[in-house]
Amino acid sequence: MTTTDIKKEILDILEVIAPDEDLTNLDDAVNFRDQLELDSMDFLDIVMELRKRHRVQVPEDDYIQLASMNSTVAFLEPLMKDIVKA
Amino acid sequence: MLSCILSGPLRSRLASFLSFSHQPSNPMPKDFLKHARDRYDVVVIGSGLAGLTSANILARQGRSVLLLEQHYKLGGMATWFKRPGGHIFDISLHGFPFGMVKSCRRYWSQEIADSIVQLDGVRFDNPMFSMWTSFTREDFTNQLIEKFGLAEEKVTAFFDKARSMNFYDDQAMTTRELFDEFFPGREDVIRLLMEPITYANGSTLEDPAISYGIVFSNFMSKGVFTFQGGTDKLIHQMEAELKKSGVDIAIKCDATKINIAGEKVVSVEIDAKGATHTILCDAVVSNANIRQTIFDLVGEEKFDRGFIDDAKAVRLNNSSTQVYMALQEDERLDVKELGDLLFSSTAPTFETEALLSRDITSRTFSFYYPKTRPHAPPRCLIVSSTNANYHDWADLPEDEYAASKKDLCETTLDALDKYVPNIRERVVHVEASTPRSFKHYTHHPSGASFGTKFEGLAVSRALPQQITGLYHAGSVGIIMSGWLGAMNYGVIVANEVDSQLMNNNSRSTGDVERSIVDDVAAS
Repeated sequence: MTTTDIKKEILDILEVIAPDEDLTNLDDAVNFRDQLELDSMDFLDIVMELRKRHRVQVPEDDYIQLASMNSTVAFLEPLMKDIVKA
Repeated sequence: MLSCILSGPLRSRLASFLSFSHQPSNPMPKDFLKHARDRYDVVVIGSGLAGLTSANILARQGRSVLLLEQHYKLGGMATWFKRPGGHIFDISLHGFPFGMVKSCRRYWSQEIADSIVQLDGVRFDNPMFSMWTSFTREDFTNQLIEKFGLAEEKVTAFFDKARSMNFYDDQAMTTRELFDEFFPGREDVIRLLMEPITYANGSTLEDPAISYGIVFSNFMSKGVFTFQGGTDKLIHQMEAELKKSGVDIAIKCDATKINIAGEKVVSVEIDAKGATHTILCDAVVSNANIRQTIFDLVGEEKFDRGFIDDAKAVRLNNSSTQVYMALQEDERLDVKELGDLLFSSTAPTFETEALLSRDITSRTFSFYYPKTRPHAPPRCLIVSSTNANYHDWADLPEDEYAASKKDLCETTLDALDKYVPNIRERVVHVEASTPRSFKHYTHHPSGASFGTKFEGLAVSRALPQQITGLYHAGSVGIIMSGWLGAMNYGVIVANEVDSQLMNNNSRSTGDVERSIVDDVAAS
């Protein structure tokens, strides 16, 4: 997966877990929490979706890496680069 | 050949005669695990909201899950019972925070979330004040300023402080100290802020302030909500979802032992009433009480001594008494007059000990109107709840116990008459439950109706570090209590179980990989 694929995948997961949020104007550099109404359970949901969809493990200490789109993609890139896009 | 000739009633009569002749005093027992597999990725013990939600999430993550429940109904404390005349009593459907909408939608279904509706009104009536509220931050703020004469800055600062509290904050400050910081000497304000939370989760002024702040802020965000259709509808919808997710459900199945080998969970022993089974598994999520999980299901010799010391120090929360009252079919109550929840007390001030005393001065009345079950015949019911100590009820001789239950019903009717005039003429059914009833139906030690005090959470979280594959999800630590807390804790634990199963390369994921290999090989 390229970084563009990973970003698309994260947006897709966000759409599922926060269906009421408008994601069109999301700023990749700003923390999700400052733009969307997400709580810690939502971040847990992102972690579970990544594991379910791609068998990617995000250790608890690294949940903090999921703060913004840019930090999330940067963190996932090495873990997902070998995954073949479905 | 015999079975071809004998059919219908004669055959079944013969069959029952034959089985009778072997077991003269017992009908053929049913094995509730007859169709279960030999092995599952996860066995979930107990079907309270935490157990149900864990089971559903793990199955959705692709794990094979067996859900065990010792009772014949799913739901644990989220339960109900029926009485002749179309009366259905809910045990714990008093009200929950708005967060339930999101959790139900995400972890269950949109359909379940769509049944959640806001309560019309919450009322307080005690010697210090009498008021109505929507139980939102906005309304509380207004009333604290106008009715209680507090400065707006003080009220805002308190709400902000409560809202900013989280689990990692200082745990030394008690709820009493938090109140004293903001509202010193104002016992009336403390009563308003504390009484509903005490009824929601059994917490007291002596418990950590953070547990109060987190729960209070959850409620205050948007008000108090309920499930339209009743607990029975919710649990039946959840059962249907579990089946859709692929969970195997076994009722009347009591887990008696979690077997450990090499510091890992290997199997669960189950008394399925008609037979005993040992089911192999890689992980267990115990929705039994945390102390029962450690001391009864596993055994303390399997844990480090330091951990056992911590586990022994975990205090259980109190139990409850309830009185259930059904009004005659054509009797109606008015929600605009009574509200959905009424926190009533005749005690001059708010005190933890007074709340638990058998000399009851405080009761929470939950009023259920036809709106609770719009599709059922219209009925009005009232459930009165009071926190109680198990030991005040446990050792009563039978005649004294029966008399005490009767007295509980009578004094409750007396107290209710102030709000529902002539209540005695209007009720058709009155009965009571006590800490003994709660213990009987849930198997919780001392009939604990709100899990454990704060320290129970750390012990629950530490279980998998002691034994690989051993998890607990249920009411602990006050925060993870109530319908929303239990449900969300079930999700948090399910995530950890799923993660561990993946790291261990559990057999079922291995099966998926093998089937993919098989598919590719076949093509």
